[in-house]
Amino acid sequence: MAPKSLNQPCEDKVLLDLWHPLGAVEAMPRNRVRHDRLLGVPLTLGRSPEGRPAVWRRPPDGPQPTVWPAEGPTGPTLPVIEQYGCLWTSLGTPRPIFPIPEAEERDRRLLHAGSVMLHTSAPRAVENFLDMGHFPFVHTAVLGDEPHTEVKDYTVEVSVADQEILATDCVFYQPQAALGAQGGADVDYVYRVPHPHCSVLYKSSPGYEGRLDAIALFVQALDQERIRAHMWLCLLDDDQPDWALRRFQMSIFGQDKPILENQLPRRLPLDPRAETPIRADKSAVAYRRWLGQLGVRYGVIAGAA
Amino acid sequence: MSAEELLLRAENAWHPVASESDLVHRHVFHGQLLGQELALWRADDEHINVWENRCLHRGVRLSIAVNDGRELKCQYHGWRYANRTAACTYIPAHPADAPARTIRNGTYPVRTSGGMVWTAVGQPTGEPPALGQGLVLRPVPVRARPADVITLLLEQPPALPDAQPPTAKRRGDLVVELESVGFLVVQPMDSDRAVIRGVLSSQGPAGERLRILRHFDAALTRLRDTAQDRAADEAAPAPLLPRYEPVPKHLASLPESSGHHDLPTRVRVVRTWSAGAGVRGLELGPVDDRPLPTGQAGAHLDVALPGGLVRQYSLVNGPGETHHYVIGVKLTPGSAGGSAAVHERVREGDVLAVSLPRNGFPLRRDRTRTLLIAGGIGITPLLAMAQTLEHQRLSYALHYFAAGEADVAFRERLAALGSVRTVTGLDPAATEAELERLLGAAGEDSQVYFCGPPPMLDVARDVAGRTGWPRDSVHFEYFRNDRTLDHSSRFEVVLARSVLNLTVEPGRSILETVRAAGVGVPSSCEQGACGTCRVAVIDGRPDHQDVYLDDEERAAGDSVMTCVSRSLTPRLTLDL
Ligand code: FES
Ligand SMILES: [Fe+2]
Repeated sequence: MAPKSLNQPCEDKVLLDLWHPLGAVEAMPRNRVRHDRLLGVPLTLGRSPEGRPAVWRRPPDGPQPTVWPAEGPTGPTLPVIEQYGCLWTSLGTPRPIFPIPEAEERDRRLLHAGSVMLHTSAPRAVENFLDMGHFPFVHTAVLGDEPHTEVKDYTVEVSVADQEILATDCVFYQPQAALGAQGGADVDYVYRVPHPHCSVLYKSSPGYEGRLDAIALFVQALDQERIRAHMWLCLLDDDQPDWALRRFQMSIFGQDKPILENQLPRRLPLDPRAETPIRADKSAVAYRRWLGQLGVRYGVIAGAA
Repeated sequence: MSAEELLLRAENAWHPVASESDLVHRHVFHGQLLGQELALWRADDEHINVWENRCLHRGVRLSIAVNDGRELKCQYHGWRYANRTAACTYIPAHPADAPARTIRNGTYPVRTSGGMVWTAVGQPTGEPPALGQGLVLRPVPVRARPADVITLLLEQPPALPDAQPPTAKRRGDLVVELESVGFLVVQPMDSDRAVIRGVLSSQGPAGERLRILRHFDAALTRLRDTAQDRAADEAAPAPLLPRYEPVPKHLASLPESSGHHDLPTRVRVVRTWSAGAGVRGLELGPVDDRPLPTGQAGAHLDVALPGGLVRQYSLVNGPGETHHYVIGVKLTPGSAGGSAAVHERVREGDVLAVSLPRNGFPLRRDRTRTLLIAGGIGITPLLAMAQTLEHQRLSYALHYFAAGEADVAFRERLAALGSVRTVTGLDPAATEAELERLLGAAGEDSQVYFCGPPPMLDVARDVAGRTGWPRDSVHFEYFRNDRTLDHSSRFEVVLARSVLNLTVEPGRSILETVRAAGVGVPSSCEQGACGTCRVAVIDGRPDHQDVYLDDEERAAGDSVMTCVSRSLTPRLTLDL
């Protein structure tokens, strides 16, 4: 618990054995490298002149080149995959990455919407992503509006076998449910948490009766209290240009950032008595319990029990 | 004394954390004391609040909250916290529920002295030093140990312009008196951070103030530089860890579902009095200028009592008596503590959360004659009915069975009625005979309302049956269910409208099971007496364990009290 342990590398096997996002592949130029961190471990990542991505552990005070080293990676390389617009790596022995079946649908628009640094823990960011109650207050006039503040009851299932939390039947009032629509309407949401640091939300898509847009949050925990949040879209919408979609997502995230950075403690407290949940927080309660069951200690304040 | 000892002692002492002038209208000021962040704000009534800087819901700093003059509204989910008490008054995500009375943010004690706001994180003894109302200096933050800052101030006391350095005397761990100049106080923000605050003995001539302020500002800034230079040579001490007090246990788990106890109204206890032997009368008034929701004769309120119990009390109010609620509570030795809480812990001035008035015992006014038969504290709803009937000049008779003369409650109200008879000192056999006489003598087109202890009502049921009363003319209100409940069965409930099949386990009620699945059912007494949780049965045979339904309703089997009743068939289909 001492603050100095905040900089210590992660020791949670469950996290080490997962794939973690490092950002948009398209944002990594060939023949260049970048210095980054994941779970407290310094990394170098980049693309070879041929375009092959690689990630390796960076000795803390070694040289910090910015071009791809002629002799190739200068440290032990880590496994990499490209998936959902991101480059992913793992510090352990990863299982296959969680599926997002919608990514395979041919008429979808796939787009990395941006990456944002935040001074908070990964679980706090995931919890915020799951939270509808803040829409009228934080995303005023966009995702919600007072006095339509009620969070109606919804269903949460936790499947430890599938390593996933699922919240369904979520409904929330949105002041302008569709572009050009007059007045608000209830919008349906489904939330998945298939990874302790990732969540996918599905949202009814105007004009695509019965199908849902998917918006994913992939959090890269730089350390216990610093993250980079990567947003990825998998949409049915075909009309808006990329820049408009990105700008919208960034403005939403820009509204969350000051709130998240003023949330204390920064690590997510798992002790049920640390904060006061209400029924609207059912999915967050399930998420905290699930992290505890998985044995996650990194980025959280472990429960009292 | 070491720097560590000084910090330890500082826990239980008063410290300044802001200048009074920092607390501007509708602003929230961010302070820090001994590693603990504070949110300071002034309400429109001038009350100064010093709170833990953290919303109890999800930990967002309240220093970024909205100060609306009476409450702080958290930016994240809009929870509201009241001036003074920091009690949460509203949770927008669940607009129909009243927040639990005990959701209360951490508060710290507040004093003002020397133009500064003082507080303490621990248990302070005594009062902060009286520093007068002189000129308040601009505070200067310093990155150094508070103990070292004090040492420096004693070593190099700042002087007035064009004056010799004053004699500096230590007046407590972190206070320095500059003789005939004023006081400097060190606010220990953390183990290695402090703020030098000061107040001069006099305001000084108006034209000189700015010059004096500038002069001290420069002097304190020089002292800061010296202190920081010295601190740079030493290893910085570990910062103090903020303490996040756990929320009370009952708030930590999710309340099962909505409609549980809906307590939307806040009432103030205006008056309490002894309304009869062992009966405490309570007059509950509105807390603001919004009128109270009005009940009708026969209605009851759910009242949240100190200690977390919620109990039902009938309204005694007469018609048009809408500016307050009046209830009477009989002290029942050996009860679960609801009546004891009312008798011992509720004081005049307290604010209680109550439900909307609910009526499971409505008074029909379409009969030629109404008999009202009360036993003991069962007088309360019948008194409300009697006042209504009296006011409407409808024919009625109130018969009030009490143990003795002293037990007769609400005498003034009774005295104002035209048709009251008190019957005292009867044993069970004599009571039965008297009931027989009263019911036997009633004419055509009469109705009767009973409220009293369960044994008396059971007898009354028999007597009414024997004397040939039609079922829809006899009304009972039990104020508790004395039957021995059997919740050992296991069965399935099918919620027809929600398309859910659930298993009701032994020891759990239908109500709890259904709520756990997210289906809301209102309830009140939760012992099968009030009728609030009644649900229609579509298929299957209920195992009635309540005292609300009468024999015919039970036999019909088309509704069930979900709080106590179960199923005789393996499966019960409900209209939910
Ligand atoms: S964190 Fe303050 S209202 Fe939710
Ligand atoms: Fe948000």
